[in-house]
Amino acid sequence: MTTALEVGGTRVIGQVSADPIRIDDLLRAGSMADGAVTVFAGRVRDHNHGRPVLRLHYEAYEEMAERELASILDETANRWTLSHLEAVHRTGTLELGEISVAIVVAAPHRATAYEASRHVIEEIKKRLPIWKREEYADGQLEWVRSTSPDA
Amino acid sequence: MTVTILLFANHRELASTGSLDLELPADATVREAVRRLRSLPGLASLPAEPTVAVNREYASLDRDLKPGDEVALIPAVAGG
Repeated sequence: MTTALEVGGTRVIGQVSADPIRIDDLLRAGSMADGAVTVFAGRVRDHNHGRPVLRLHYEAYEEMAERELASILDETANRWTLSHLEAVHRTGTLELGEISVAIVVAAPHRATAYEASRHVIEEIKKRLPIWKREEYADGQLEWVRSTSPDA
Repeated sequence: MTVTILLFANHRELASTGSLDLELPADATVREAVRRLRSLPGLASLPAEPTVAVNREYASLDRDLKPGDEVALIPAVAGG
């Protein structure tokens, strides 16, 4: 599902989807008036708390996740002067190195782009009804409970 | 009245279902719905005071419910 809208002068797009995230497509954000484009990509890492991880399985309350993501983006677009704000979160099974979440911000200046990007990822981690289960090398599966800032 | 309960992640596995209908008195709150849910066979280990959403928005346990409401128990989230 995709939500796309205009908030003030910002083009806002939010998506929660099982489709792979294509960073190249996201990099076309903004216009020639934007001197800064930040791209944050969260990737599936091969370890957690010292334990080897093989892959991740994401489960979402999709209807609510999409709505909550739209509300995070709306708040962010109202707080900073941006021309483009986009966030995509994956669901389903992701292999090592795959992108689980991407945030693209285009703005006239870098400070606002960085701040807005950081705000969106922190709010996603706090609020989006999405859960992940780690699959380990020994075949065990565990739901991840951590929502700490470096998770 | 009847409300729909949604369960996710470890809660869903515990209940062996992601969705069930729950019969409640007309003036029930979310807290009462959770209490009745936990009294069902096998569901006693669901949290007594979970984070919840009503109709896809975070809500308080004291929220009054209406017939047909969608009540989701939200385990600790782990997106990103």
